Amino acid sequence: MEEELRFHIEHRANDLQRSGIDRAEAERRARIEFGSPERFKEECREALGGNLVDTLITDLRFAARILRKSPGFTVVAVLTIALGIGATTAIFSVVDATLLEPLPYPHPEQLVSLRNDLPGVGAQDVGLSQPEWQDLQRSGIFEFVSPTWFDENNLTGSSQPARVRLLIVAPNYFALLGVQPQMGRAFNPEDRSPGIIPEVVISDALWKRAFGSDPNILGKSVRMDTDLYQIVGVMPARFDAPGRMAEERNVEIFAATSFYGAPMSDHPPRNRRSMPTAIARLKPELTIAAAQKRLDGLSASLQKQFPGDYPNGWHVQLVPLKERLIGNVRQSLILLFAAVGLVLLIACVNVANLLLARASTRGREMAIRQALGAGRRRLTRQLLTESLLLSLLGGMAGIAFLFLAQDFLVRLVPDGLPRLNEISISWSVLLFALTASVVSGVLFGLAPALQAGRIDLNHALKQEGRASTGSGERARTRRGLVITEFALSLVLMITAGLLLRSFWDLLNVQLGFTPQNVISVRTRLPEPNDPKVDKYAAASQEAPFIRELIHRCAMLSGVEEVAIGDTASIPLDESLRDLKLISEGQFFFTVEGRDVQGDHSTVVERSSVSPNYFHLLAIPLLRGRFFNDSDSDNTPRVALINQAMAQSYWPNEDPLGKRFKAAKADAPWITVVGVIANARTQSLAQADLPQIYLDLYQTGAKRLAILLRGHLHAAAIADAVREQVQSLDPTLPVSGAQTLNETVSASLAQRRFLMEIVALFALTALLLATLGIYGVISFLVSERTHEIGIRLALGAARASILNLILRQGLRLALTGAVVGLLAALIVSRFIATRLYGVRPADPLTFAAVAILFLFVALVACYIPARRATKVDPMVALREA
Amino acid sequence: MSDEAELLPGTLDLLILKAVSLGPLHGYGVLLRIGQISGQTLLIEQGALYPALFRLVRQGLLKAEWDKSDNNRRAKYYELTRKGRKRLQEETDWWNRLAAAVATVLAAEPEKA
Repeated sequence: MEEELRFHIEHRANDLQRSGIDRAEAERRARIEFGSPERFKEECREALGGNLVDTLITDLRFAARILRKSPGFTVVAVLTIALGIGATTAIFSVVDATLLEPLPYPHPEQLVSLRNDLPGVGAQDVGLSQPEWQDLQRSGIFEFVSPTWFDENNLTGSSQPARVRLLIVAPNYFALLGVQPQMGRAFNPEDRSPGIIPEVVISDALWKRAFGSDPNILGKSVRMDTDLYQIVGVMPARFDAPGRMAEERNVEIFAATSFYGAPMSDHPPRNRRSMPTAIARLKPELTIAAAQKRLDGLSASLQKQFPGDYPNGWHVQLVPLKERLIGNVRQSLILLFAAVGLVLLIACVNVANLLLARASTRGREMAIRQALGAGRRRLTRQLLTESLLLSLLGGMAGIAFLFLAQDFLVRLVPDGLPRLNEISISWSVLLFALTASVVSGVLFGLAPALQAGRIDLNHALKQEGRASTGSGERARTRRGLVITEFALSLVLMITAGLLLRSFWDLLNVQLGFTPQNVISVRTRLPEPNDPKVDKYAAASQEAPFIRELIHRCAMLSGVEEVAIGDTASIPLDESLRDLKLISEGQFFFTVEGRDVQGDHSTVVERSSVSPNYFHLLAIPLLRGRFFNDSDSDNTPRVALINQAMAQSYWPNEDPLGKRFKAAKADAPWITVVGVIANARTQSLAQADLPQIYLDLYQTGAKRLAILLRGHLHAAAIADAVREQVQSLDPTLPVSGAQTLNETVSASLAQRRFLMEIVALFALTALLLATLGIYGVISFLVSERTHEIGIRLALGAARASILNLILRQGLRLALTGAVVGLLAALIVSRFIATRLYGVRPADPLTFAAVAILFLFVALVACYIPARRATKVDPMVALREA
Repeated sequence: MSDEAELLPGTLDLLILKAVSLGPLHGYGVLLRIGQISGQTLLIEQGALYPALFRLVRQGLLKAEWDKSDNNRRAKYYELTRKGRKRLQEETDWWNRLAAAVATVLAAEPEKA
């Protein structure tokens, strides 16, 4: 087209030149005669029609010009959208990494986790025994089954004994996951040799950290708990073991065993469920449902075959591995995503409102363009292009912000949040942001665009001096938008309010123990595979070490009191709770003279502690006595129980002197010697979990927590304690000094994260809604200036004008509030499980939030309302 | 430019079709030919020619082809299609009828009482 027009002009110039005019003048005239090429080009494009790209480019160019012309509006709109898109995309990137992406192993859909339940006693997830594992492996349902056993171990040989994260698995573990080492080999999946196979596979991180990326690492030996293992493989850097927490994912050493033979039993009994968890890969042709059906048949026939081993029934539940890893996080994330979606929606409504307000000042422009022949569809398209340009700009700003804030945002996410994949701004995240931008652009552009098509030409053009046109309908739409905005943000505020109250209540709960000025430091005694070389094999061998350690730590400056327990005794410590360390935490037992099939669960939390543990934490004794120094390996076993335990196992009886024992054939009887008050040492949210405390001097423990009370500094005391521990045994690692207050607050990390983010969103929503109502009321006031002028001139009191405007604003706010409250009643039920101490329909929260809202709305309306009362009737009337 | 006759709406298309029917022309040529046939009475606003040409091409009445011009430059030549020829015929008939009717009206003498 360009060329054709140029050809024309040149030709014309030539002709003119021939008629005797000099060249330059001829060219000038030719151009003048032709007229504006731009204008004709536009018309040509129009005439060609159907050329969407061309029109789009024109529209875009025009839209850009319009946006540049009103920078204030553009900046506010783009920032609002950037906020919405940025926040939504941030949450989406977490959702994507956790919920949407598949597990990073081949054929992840075949991977399942096995959960073993004993329905007779209502016990869930009790673990697997070695014969059961063998049965499952042979069942034909699974390609592979591997128990997994998370453990800590002492890696010695380097400058400091180090605690390493160890995962004990079946030899088929890597074949099951379908992953290969980057160097060397994995275990032989067919290996059935007894005991622990003296080979290990190490993680890339450990290879780099402890062995300086030694290229000749294969075949070298490491010593764990005095046992020698040969390194046969190094996993790739991107390999993470499937796990819920960072501790589990970042396993450093993998060891394999078939779970029989020393140090385990040569013939492990069927009812000793010592393998805490197991994962499996289904046969490729089986669905989970089909596999579950066959599995149910298998467990029924095994129960018939070994009735003595299954007095309480047996049920193996297949759970998709991903479900197991995600756990209850799905709900939190969906809640967050919904919340951020609301924020985006509110941002859209706000921008729609801005556009509508601007549309009223552009009414004449639209009318003129229509009068000049622009079709309605053309105008609508133009306006939609404008809003799309706005939303894309906003989206880009949002993503740019995300890139900048990425590291910071990832750090906000608590470690407890399972991450199947690294959270990152991936293509799918970018695609999501783009889609969100386009959808929101259409969403907020639609109302003003459709209205532009419905302009009454005559009316619009006649309104000479006034900026507003078609205001009736527009005002109605804007009122509707503000009500929506209010309702949405009220829902968010109430959700946030409920979470905040739950959190507050949890923070202020009566703990039942005193965490102030207590620091815990950990150490771990070795567990050699050969019991004969174990210096701490029996409690009687360990007790002198513990007594001496307590004695030495008590001498440290600043320390007032010391107690030692197993790591399960650290109150509210969640770092390892889900990992089910061997021989810790859950305790299966039978009560003397009582049928095991009673209606009580026979598994409770237990920990082993030294006598002054209770004094150190200020947990009071209710009846009987504490442990004392006369209790030892040679005296009858004793236990303390908490009140909840007494009530649920010996209701209306005196628990003192009652006996129970571990659910093992050769376990000794344990006598209850005292009852202590309930303390929330296991869960902040639950006050009455039954608990058993055993005497550390009688039971011993490998993973020890040294609790110190006094005015101490965590880092300094860790060094001092390490010195004392290693002066007794230089091979012992010391780690993890943490104040109990930190531990308690860490146990709230996920709740805090959820609450903070939702609260942040709610505040944003409130701000946007406030701006929205302010805008609408200001608009109404400016529209009614004339009317207000007349009223004032006729003698209306300024107060009544104020009233008039405020009433209008409040009516909007009230309608929004009512709708919002109703919606919140429905929504809050979905977060019931996230709440503590408040009902989902907590009247106090609802009322408080509603009042706060109305107050904010009132303030937002008051400013324009006051402006209305300042109207000078003379000016107002003259202007009209 | 006062001696130039202003075109009646709708006649530009007809003139273009007629001009092109005498042989393929480029845009400037169309302009020249109309001027030439009409004895410089009918002058067309130069820029407005092109939207009309584009419109006729889109309607399938003209077809356009790039070719060498007489002074060896590339130019777009317009040619009448079969549909265009038919349309030209219809429009010519319509114009003649209209012109005749208008002429009859204008020729009418006041009736004698």
